[in-house]
Amino acid sequence: MAFEIPKFPLDDLIDDGLDWLTDAMAGATKAVSRFAETGIDAIVDGLLFLPPWLLIIVVALVAWRIAGRRVALFSAAGLAFLWNLRLWEPTIETFTLVIFSTLVAVMIGLPLGIWAALKERVYRVIMPVLDFMQTMPAFVYLIPAIPFFGLGPVSAAFATVIFSMPPAIRLTTLGIRQVPPDLIEAADAFGSTPRQKLLKVQLPVAVPTIMAGVNQTIMLALSMVVIAAMIGAGGLGGEVWKAIQRLQAGDGFEAGIAIVILAMILDRITQKLASRAEHG
Amino acid sequence: MSDDRTVKIEVRNLSKVFSDSPEPALELLEQRVPKDEVLERTGLAVGLDNVSFDLYQGEILVVMGLSGSGKSTLIRCVNRLIEPTTGSIRVDGEDITDVPRDELLRLRRDKFGMVFQQFALFPHRTIQGNVEYGLEVQKVEPAERAEKARRAIEQVGLAGWEDAYPNQLSGGMQQRAGLARALAVDADILLMDEAFSALDPLIRRDMQHELVALQEKLQKTILFISHDLDEALNIGDRIILMKDGAIVQSGTPEEILTRPATEYVERFVENVDISKVLTAEHALHRARAVAYCGDGPVTALHKMKEENLSAILVVRTDFRLAGMITAEDADRARRDGVDRIESVLQTDLPTATRDEHLHDLVNRLAGLSVPLPVVDADHKLLGVVSKGGLLEALAEGGSD
Repeated sequence: MAFEIPKFPLDDLIDDGLDWLTDAMAGATKAVSRFAETGIDAIVDGLLFLPPWLLIIVVALVAWRIAGRRVALFSAAGLAFLWNLRLWEPTIETFTLVIFSTLVAVMIGLPLGIWAALKERVYRVIMPVLDFMQTMPAFVYLIPAIPFFGLGPVSAAFATVIFSMPPAIRLTTLGIRQVPPDLIEAADAFGSTPRQKLLKVQLPVAVPTIMAGVNQTIMLALSMVVIAAMIGAGGLGGEVWKAIQRLQAGDGFEAGIAIVILAMILDRITQKLASRAEHG
Repeated sequence: MSDDRTVKIEVRNLSKVFSDSPEPALELLEQRVPKDEVLERTGLAVGLDNVSFDLYQGEILVVMGLSGSGKSTLIRCVNRLIEPTTGSIRVDGEDITDVPRDELLRLRRDKFGMVFQQFALFPHRTIQGNVEYGLEVQKVEPAERAEKARRAIEQVGLAGWEDAYPNQLSGGMQQRAGLARALAVDADILLMDEAFSALDPLIRRDMQHELVALQEKLQKTILFISHDLDEALNIGDRIILMKDGAIVQSGTPEEILTRPATEYVERFVENVDISKVLTAEHALHRARAVAYCGDGPVTALHKMKEENLSAILVVRTDFRLAGMITAEDADRARRDGVDRIESVLQTDLPTATRDEHLHDLVNRLAGLSVPLPVVDADHKLLGVVSKGGLLEALAEGGSD
């Protein structure tokens, strides 16, 4: 009879850890949950309160100012098409979740990225964590989100933030570390304090790279928001999910194409933002 | 000559070993072991080896050497962008080697302006914004800041380019902006790290001239790093020559050229165009014969014949230069019955001053039938530079 090596109880350990976290942080998660839910709902309601044509015009104007006429025309036409497909409400839901998650991800990621850029030790801790976060299959993040925040958009936003934050951190760090050493030397030679150096030289010079990170974060957030439909995120992902369960290819493709259009609009606008930062 | 001037920066026994535990290397340096051998035996890189010098108020001191000679390390030690390992640096009498961080930042803000080889302009700021940077760091009020920056931009000849971004400017203009940024903070000391090395030769030349002209007005104290001997000779009041982290020789450009301390210096200077270094002084001879304004044509002819000359310089009684007269003209004057040669002189002849470079005299001398007169500020004749004298001076290379 072969001696069997007992299984290492990794699953149990993680479950116990998460249970403990859920208990210990119940107060905090509930507060965050309520706050986030109110926020997300308010934005969705607000955007839905506006007539679609007005919002389309606003988006087109923003696109025009930032990215020029072609992107503006594409944005207007794309959104009008989504409206016509009767996908306006899920589009707004998805858009809101993406923007909300991206804002949170950038708000956490930017300071972390700066910290990692300035402190070698922090860098060495954060980088492997980021690798871990990015290689972990995205679905896995959905599971612990539920005990923390319950089914719904807040869990979806939580999983999305975790999943989409790495590029914001990584490219902030990269951008700051890539500031040419002679510029750092010039800042030092004129007697800049570390704070002046960061705010007047390092961050401004890193802006194009940081914006490229924000662009990637938005794209990842969009892809995750669709996956998060499985835990009740709703929106366009929810439409796809429904179509899968009912095997309705037509509905599925409509929602899928809507996601592509939304992605292209967000991508073109933020990409232009990044390249504009580069040229002063 | 410079010993009676105020010492602005005093550097004593400065050494730099790039390591957290430099002791073994320092010990070897103490025993005068050369830098390469120190690296071989301890694995430690030596940047500076016991460097001492004074930088006087108002002078341009050029530190020169090939790459790896330690000159860049030296200039960065002066404002502690690189921390020296041992030794002391005094700025205006204050030892800055041990001052704490805050104090060091204050010193950098108040005492130093720095210009960099690759300009190091901030790409996200306009020229105005770049020039204002140092003032911003000093927390100068915006209005005053703008005014000071505008003045500095004007000084370097960039007026009208305030709103341009660095990448819209040529290399020469970018370095003007770099210079303006250093001037704007109104510090006494300018640190210039190979400031003109990235520019093409013609523009480099112009910038050197302009720096010297600017220095006439501003009287800054300038530490200038260069690998180019011509540049050092052009702008330096004094030159320090470095090799392997140590000073090989220091002195005026002329001393370096005419009395090289070691074979290394000699090899360094052998390709220099000596005519750009030696001045009229070096080729100056007493005029063999002169005529006076009051002389008659016969006297003048006689003096020429005596010395076998075809023309002669004519001076007034107080020895101020009046002009020249050729044998031909004197002969005609004699036949015309002129009694004082003063009325038949050629007065438009070229002159030189004693500190003009021989290089610049060649053209003037070429078409002249008399030796080139050298005069002082009062136009008094000090002597002459003849073609032969000039060649002789160049051949001797100025060695006395």
